[in-house]
Order: sequence, then C-alpha cells, then structure tokens
Amino acid sequence: MQHHRILRVVTKFYLPLILLFGLYVQFHGDYGPGGGFQAGVIVAAAMILYTLVFGFENATRVAPLAILRACSAAGVLIYLGTGVVNMLLGADFLDYGSFVPDHRSHGEHYGILAVEFGVGVTVASTLLLIFFAFAGRSETEDAD
Amino acid sequence: MITAITIIRLRDLFAVIMLFGLYSLLSAALFVALSAPDVAFTEAVVGAGISTVLMLATLALTSRYEKRPAHRAWLPLAVVLVTGAFLIYGTIDIAPFGAPDNPVHQHVAPRYLEQSGEEIGIPNVVTSVLASYRGYDTLGETVVVFTAGIGVLVLLGGTARRLKRRRREE
Repeated sequence: MQHHRILRVVTKFYLPLILLFGLYVQFHGDYGPGGGFQAGVIVAAAMILYTLVFGFENATRVAPLAILRACSAAGVLIYLGTGVVNMLLGADFLDYGSFVPDHRSHGEHYGILAVEFGVGVTVASTLLLIFFAFAGRSETEDAD
Repeated sequence: MITAITIIRLRDLFAVIMLFGLYSLLSAALFVALSAPDVAFTEAVVGAGISTVLMLATLALTSRYEKRPAHRAWLPLAVVLVTGAFLIYGTIDIAPFGAPDNPVHQHVAPRYLEQSGEEIGIPNVVTSVLASYRGYDTLGETVVVFTAGIGVLVLLGGTARRLKRRRREE
C-alpha cells in the first residue's frame, strides 16, 4: 500500500493519538475504565495499523521481533517480580500494601500500577508477535 | 442475531470476517449499554479490530471461498439444538436483571463496593478487583497470553529467519 497517499497521511496523523490514548488507558486505569490489558491491545492495534499501511519490513524495523519476544516475557516477569518484592518485604505474595507500610492504600496503588504495566507490556508485545507471525508468513511466502 | 445467521449461511469467507467484526462491534455497544465500559473496550479492540485483522491475515494464506460440504451434518445440528434448548431452559431460572437481592449482589460485591475505597484507595473498583483482590487470577491471565504467544511462535515461527534470508537475497 505504498502509493495510497491519503491512507498514509491519515495513518501518520492517527498513530500518535492512538498511542497516546493507549498510554492514557494504561496509567489512568485506576480512575477511568481501562487497564493493562486494554492498553496493551490498543497499542498493538496501533502497530498493526502501521504494519498494514507501511508494510511488514518497516514495522519490524520499528518493533524488532527479538525485542518483542523479550518484552512479552518481561511483562510476566514484572508482574511476578512485584509479588516477589512483596514477599521480600515480609508480606504475602502480591500483597501490595507492604510497599508503603504506613499507608497501605498507597502501597496498593503502586502495586496495581506496576502489575498493570506488566500486563500491558505482555499483551501488546504478544499480540504483535502473533500478528507478525501471520503477516510475516503471507509476506515472505513469495520469497520462498 | 441476524448477523449470526448470515455468518452461517455465507460461503464467502471475506464477508464472514467482516460480519464477525460487525457482530463484535454490536456486542461492544451492548456492553456500553449495560454500563461495562471496561469489557466494551476489550470487545471493540480485540473482537472488532485485532481478531478481524488476524482472520484476514489467515485468509490471505488460504482461499477466499468455503468448500461446499459433501454431506449434511445432522448430528452436530442435533447436538447444538439440544444444548441450546438446555441453555434457554436454564435462563428461566436466572434471577431478574438488576434486582438488588440477586445472589451476585449478596456475596462479595458489596464488600468490594463499600471497602475498596479505603483498602485500595483507587476509584475504579473494576481495576482494584482485577489487580488486587483477584491478583492471582490476573497473573494467570497474563501467563496465558504469554503462553499463547509462545504457542503461535512455535507453530508459525521462523518469520525472523525468513526475513533475514530475504534481506540477504536482496
């Protein structure tokens, strides 16, 4: 789709907005609707839009497969790691209150932000990996 | 409902995928009407957006039209009809929609609604249930997503290798 100028311009205009909305949903999930999963999916959708318009080669330059693979594992590790930190602080696994012992609800807040971030990273990168696995197949099939 | 029946009747897979997307969008609207914006978000983006794109990508690898089946599948039809009849029979016993004395509103929901403000301190109760009270479940879901990714990579992997080879050839 290299020659569709309108599509390319509109996509360029929309991409930052979608990504910004993804970040908003990610970090504002405590106050409004949304959270890690939704944010991850929105970011992945933005990247898929980019791939559809600008092609598979460019997209894998923006988000290399190796980095995506590392990220999808890192998100799970962030989630697990939050729980482990809680245990190191002497509380139960995933008992976020222990982050700020004097003010447990603040600790809960930080913990939720951390695990939601982990969820977001995993969901975004895993969905992109799955999409690239499909798109890359149809894209590189001709070369084989 | 009309969308679902049309999906079954159609043999043009491209139109089927578009209708699936429409169906998800309609469900998302339904979730908004039931004031569940969190679920509506997910349905709209995953159902109408990403899974449509994934199915289109799959369609690009196969043919556009479904083969006409050699025989009519009567047994599956009977199984589906019986299961559907049981499910509809089950809905007769479901508690009235939105009634305050429903069992769901008697169990843990009041506690979440009344005390999560003090215990967790964030206004969105859905988030505090998901990430804190049910932290283990959400951890499990994250691991499931990760595992799904690994599964697809194992089955359809080799993209990076093919890409590298193609770049080398160019």
